[in-house]
Amino acid sequence: MAKQALKTSRPRPQVVAAAAGARSLDRLIHERLRLGIVSALSVNESLTFKDLKKILGTTDGNLSVHSRKLEDAGYVSCEKSFEGRLPRSEYRLTDRGRAALEDYLTPMEALIRATRHQ
Amino acid sequence: MGLHTQAMDNLRFIRDTMENAGSFTAVPGLGGMLMGATAAFASFAAHLSKSPRAWLDIWIGEALLAFAIGLGFSYRKATRNNTPLLSRAFRRFVLAMMPAIFTGGLLTFVLYRAGLFGLLPSVWLLLYGVGISSGGAFSVRVVPIMGVSFLAVGSIAALAPHSWADPLLALGFGGLHILFGFEIARNYGG
Repeated sequence: MAKQALKTSRPRPQVVAAAAGARSLDRLIHERLRLGIVSALSVNESLTFKDLKKILGTTDGNLSVHSRKLEDAGYVSCEKSFEGRLPRSEYRLTDRGRAALEDYLTPMEALIRATRHQ
Repeated sequence: MGLHTQAMDNLRFIRDTMENAGSFTAVPGLGGMLMGATAAFASFAAHLSKSPRAWLDIWIGEALLAFAIGLGFSYRKATRNNTPLLSRAFRRFVLAMMPAIFTGGLLTFVLYRAGLFGLLPSVWLLLYGVGISSGGAFSVRVVPIMGVSFLAVGSIAALAPHSWADPLLALGFGGLHILFGFEIARNYGG
């Protein structure tokens, strides 16, 4: 009985591998707001600062800090211009950012698939 | 929180964000511009028509064509952005528009049977404006503004002489679609 319980509670090798993959996630886009920015940009060719703020329901300060981190990492590009006298920032997901999102999603999906059959 | 739950939670967050962001792109700008171009052509053809029945047939044909263009370009846009056509944002937009479109269809039949052709342009423009305003309530501001613009042109059509009908239909279904379609295509991904 104890032996059987031990057997059922031990995770399968696929689950262990998937969990290891999930633990080695890109910490840069793992943070919730940065993940939101990257996800929103992945389904739009470009979004302005105002659009992102509305989609993610966040503050100017928070969005500035996190979008800058993604910019520094080369995951998003930002084009600054003026609309009349108002500054306008337009963000796009770079190829590097798109690849990072895919790399983030793959182990996540693998983990879900592996644990579903546990 | 277990790894599995965390992974599910993250994926759900990504999907929800993509769907919310999709509301910014659900309305196809390029499709709107093409709908505007065909509507401008239809209003010119309708203006030259010999009978009210021929006039109505041209506009019904244009409505069906516009529906096909709208659907086709929505699909194109969804595919280009890697989102499902029936995303939550798109479903919400279509469902909000449906009552106005249904009412427009029904009133077209009723007014045609009563011989009240003169009322059709204002009814179409007003109801289309109502549909776009409701459908665009959760979208970028340009969509409800387009709806309100249709309401304005529809109001003018309701008060103006009948001879203004075709130019106002051209201004509404042609001009507004092209103008706002261009704005959406330029700023919201096609």
